[in-house]
Amino acid sequence: MPKLLHHPGYADEKLQRVEQLIPCRELQAGMLVSLMGQPQHYSYPSIFIYGHRASGKSHVLHILMKELELPHAAVSCVECVSAALLYERVLTSFFGRSAASFLPRSPSLSEFVRLYRHQRSQSPAEQTRYIVMEKAELLRDADANLLPALLRLQELVDDNITVILLSEIVWEKFRPNTGCFEPLLLHFPDYSKGELQQILSTDSHPSYSAELYSSYINILLGVFYSVCRDLRELRHLAALNFNKFCEPLTEGKETHKLWRNIEPHLKKAMQTVYIREVSSLQWEQMQQTEDEGGALRGLSAHTHVELPYYSKFLLIAAYLASYNPARTDKRFFVKHHGKIRKTNFLKKNEKTSNHLLGPKPFALDRLLAIFYSVVDSRVAPTASIFSQISSLVTLQLLTQISHTDQLDAPKYKCSISLDFISAVSRTVNFDIVKYLYDFL
Amino acid sequence: MTCVHSFFQGCFVFKPSSKKRKTRSLGETCVNPKSKNITWIYVLLEVLQEELNKKILDSLLDFAKKCSTTRQHCDWASKMRANEIPTAALVLGVNVPDHDMTFQSLFDLLKHSVTPHVVSVQAKECGVLKHLLKRVLEGLMDVAVDDDDEEEMEQNPRSVHCSLSTLSDWYTAKTKKSSSATPGKKRNVQDEDEHHHHHQTPPVVIIFKDLEGFNPRVLQDFISICSRYIDRLPLMFIFGIATSPSTVQHMLPHSVSSLLCIELFQSLSCTQHLATVIDKLILTAQFPFKLNGKVMQVLISIFLYHDFSVRNFIKGLQLALLEHFHSQPLSILCCKKKEALLNVTLLSGRDLETVRQLPSFIRFVEKQEAGEQVKLMTDDDHLKEACQKLIKDLRKYHKSYYPVLRCLHTLTSLLPRYPLGKQIRELHLICLEKNVWENEDYQSAMKLLKMLAKDELITSLRKCSEILSSAKSKKMKKAFTELDELLAKFKHLDVQEEPESVTSPIRNLQQQKKTDLFQLQKTLLEMNESRRSKKKSPFELLRNEVVEFIDGLVTCHLPPPESQTLYEVCYYSSSATVRRHLNATPRTSIQTALSSPCFYLQNESLKNEDGTVSNSAPDICIAYKLHLECGRLINLYDWLEAYATVVSAAEGQDPDCDTFGKVDDVKHARFIRSVSELEFLGFIKSTRQKTDHVARLTWGGC
Repeated sequence: MPKLLHHPGYADEKLQRVEQLIPCRELQAGMLVSLMGQPQHYSYPSIFIYGHRASGKSHVLHILMKELELPHAAVSCVECVSAALLYERVLTSFFGRSAASFLPRSPSLSEFVRLYRHQRSQSPAEQTRYIVMEKAELLRDADANLLPALLRLQELVDDNITVILLSEIVWEKFRPNTGCFEPLLLHFPDYSKGELQQILSTDSHPSYSAELYSSYINILLGVFYSVCRDLRELRHLAALNFNKFCEPLTEGKETHKLWRNIEPHLKKAMQTVYIREVSSLQWEQMQQTEDEGGALRGLSAHTHVELPYYSKFLLIAAYLASYNPARTDKRFFVKHHGKIRKTNFLKKNEKTSNHLLGPKPFALDRLLAIFYSVVDSRVAPTASIFSQISSLVTLQLLTQISHTDQLDAPKYKCSISLDFISAVSRTVNFDIVKYLYDFL
Repeated sequence: MTCVHSFFQGCFVFKPSSKKRKTRSLGETCVNPKSKNITWIYVLLEVLQEELNKKILDSLLDFAKKCSTTRQHCDWASKMRANEIPTAALVLGVNVPDHDMTFQSLFDLLKHSVTPHVVSVQAKECGVLKHLLKRVLEGLMDVAVDDDDEEEMEQNPRSVHCSLSTLSDWYTAKTKKSSSATPGKKRNVQDEDEHHHHHQTPPVVIIFKDLEGFNPRVLQDFISICSRYIDRLPLMFIFGIATSPSTVQHMLPHSVSSLLCIELFQSLSCTQHLATVIDKLILTAQFPFKLNGKVMQVLISIFLYHDFSVRNFIKGLQLALLEHFHSQPLSILCCKKKEALLNVTLLSGRDLETVRQLPSFIRFVEKQEAGEQVKLMTDDDHLKEACQKLIKDLRKYHKSYYPVLRCLHTLTSLLPRYPLGKQIRELHLICLEKNVWENEDYQSAMKLLKMLAKDELITSLRKCSEILSSAKSKKMKKAFTELDELLAKFKHLDVQEEPESVTSPIRNLQQQKKTDLFQLQKTLLEMNESRRSKKKSPFELLRNEVVEFIDGLVTCHLPPPESQTLYEVCYYSSSATVRRHLNATPRTSIQTALSSPCFYLQNESLKNEDGTVSNSAPDICIAYKLHLECGRLINLYDWLEAYATVVSAAEGQDPDCDTFGKVDDVKHARFIRSVSELEFLGFIKSTRQKTDHVARLTWGGC
């Protein structure tokens, strides 16, 4: 096996171990190692690594840092709800918990830099320190000065430190308007089919031979490779369906029939487990019970919502208000609408369907006016009618557009689909299509 | 339930004066049975609530236990998917106010039997990720403070370390500490030990009470953070969903939902829930308090039309109960039989006078002979005896009413298009209203019953006989034996029945080779004739007999309660009060207050015969009255002038005087204040369309 990883700064056996742990990423790791240089040398201030989901970015970095025993701070940006947490993490992992306790309550960037410099003067870096930041795309939503400062942190704190940013997004989308220090860019390409096969085959079942597992992976990839190249998902699917695959083996059947046995099963998995219609636990139960009838219904099969009678009408009214232009209300809801004829009314209509444009906001007054004309009995404007509107908002069937502080004339939008509202209106014998401008 | 409990206690602490009077006249015995009665209802309600949720809670608990055990399995497959967070999607229906109770009991149960680490979060507390994390940490670690030492907490100030790594450190410390088993705290030793026997690492359960309310962004971030710690921290989620499970997919993208292992739990629909409550609380004779048809109608329509909330329904029932005991002095007789009979003997003269004035009692008296009438109206002791008998009769009526009602429902719920309603509550409402057998639908139902197929009829009759067999009264026992005899006859039929070969005309028709129109007509006419004249088969005869029997039961036992003497004792009938309390109409009350201030102020001088507002009404009423006469836009100056004129008249100024109707500072200020009050109430708003004009926000006007 040719050694791809080789660097004078690190012991060969260590690098070899790294190589074993990161199959199919030797090239990128080699690049990284050479970028990092010898431990005590200064490295490039910031490195930006991008690649799709599950292309081994974090894994490679994690293995490198761990196996080469480099001083590092691994931070996930999604976890750092505030910059303070980020600073705290970094200080803790470099200088211990006591250092972080000097941080004030909501520290600014300069306070962090000052504290870092202070700590550095006490314990200067003997070898390059690394900050590995996962999901770096979230840094764009943080304070405007955070990302530029991190990119040249080496300069700011005057220490041998390198910031490594990991992201699924290309650097072009990061670059601030004001300009900044350009990091070194490194791309992790997607795994090819062969590579996926190689990686997936590594976690074989202990009680079966590695060859069998590898052939199983081959079949699995044949089914799923066209729709999914996410290593994590594939691994998940492989684990879920392996028992089924092995069933004929335990029953003593021939191996070459395995394929015919598993294929329809995998196809079914593609329609259910893969899109999380059915959870993995339920999938396993399904396999055990052999229930081919498919008694288990997926999540999206349950769309029916039971609503009180007036809530249904409120929802219908909201839908009409959202998808009909306000000027057509007269046409639909006034009994003797006089001069507005259907023909000349339709002439000036817009080309695009309102359903393509999406729901439009409407005021509470309009909602209630439509409601009272739509509902077939006389309804007193009781408190419960109004509270139903707000409970529809909490159920996310309506959305309040205006700020909740605005008490008079609040505005809403109807956020349900045509299918949903037609199902609802069928239950109250209301022909909604007759009242929709788009279907006139 | 506790708050309601105290509400009821409060009611007795602040006894109204009328009550006090009664208490004095009857001594201690009067309050006791009543309060006993009420507490009993509350206990029943609590039990009922628990029962209703039991099934779904049990399955959730099983799920939680299963999750915590599978995590410890070390086989290959479970290791491969160990990074999924087990999640229960709990679909509870749109009646959000009911959920609190369910979640509370779920919380308690989990804490009691699965894990000490449970926290439940609400959307409104967690607008941003930080708050959600904080809530979770506080909820979980506060438990720790209660359970164990406080030193650890003092070392880390909470708000700084608001991250899951703190939690995971805390968790490892906690599990390690408890596994090294240092008994010392007396309170929790037993509890903790129990846990160790079961599992070393109890799961950390986070309950999201209202999933729809959460900001999807926050939830996604939270879940992805949690999945990073799943190897150290055995997390488990419970999503409370009000609408439909597909919400989960709407809220979470694939990258996040792939981190969860979601299992669906569907609770009973709220209508089924209501059916159980009605079945247990209303359609039972063991419980003396009753609602009349109108009140029942109000409560049910609030449920069906407005909120779907069983809790509110029960609240309404409680309100009716309190109102009944509060407003009806004879409600002391509304209790268990023994107590009621005892209370009759303790009735005071005033109470007996109330009895005599009850419409149902007057009707009863009118039917008696003259001598008896006089006796009843004058002799107190005789009246008491009569009352005791009447109370007994009322109880007997109830004892047979409900079984017969259920029987009738079992039979009619089979019929096509449900002539008497699909749910038993609809039938109950019909029966409460008037004589059910005079109802057209009832008659058509009976006709349909006479056409029922044999097996259907027999199965439903079997159910009826079961219902009757569980009833205790003598009449019902008799009815049960009669029905059993009828059923036995049906069985006999089976044995006897022989295949009759009837040469039907239609067969003749088939035998003929060629059919012309005339022939066909003739045969059809013949068939018609023969059907009319045909002797009924024994089954048909028996079926008619059964239907007659049921009809007899109904006419005998299902008259409306209003026909019973002294029904006022048990039946609460003020539907208006209930509606006013439960279904508030803020707008109407404001309008009433503004248009007829005397309604609320109770000031004689404000009353006008013709319904108009008098000049001396409060300023805002005058301004309101004047604004009603305007169009959509109101000129403020004209309004002010008109106002000044009215107020001047009220002050008794001479109409011919120069200053009459002139605007002075005080009037101006009063006017401005009332206008701004109207604006606050939402009747007008300022507009930029025209200077010095305000827009009217209500419909109508001239």
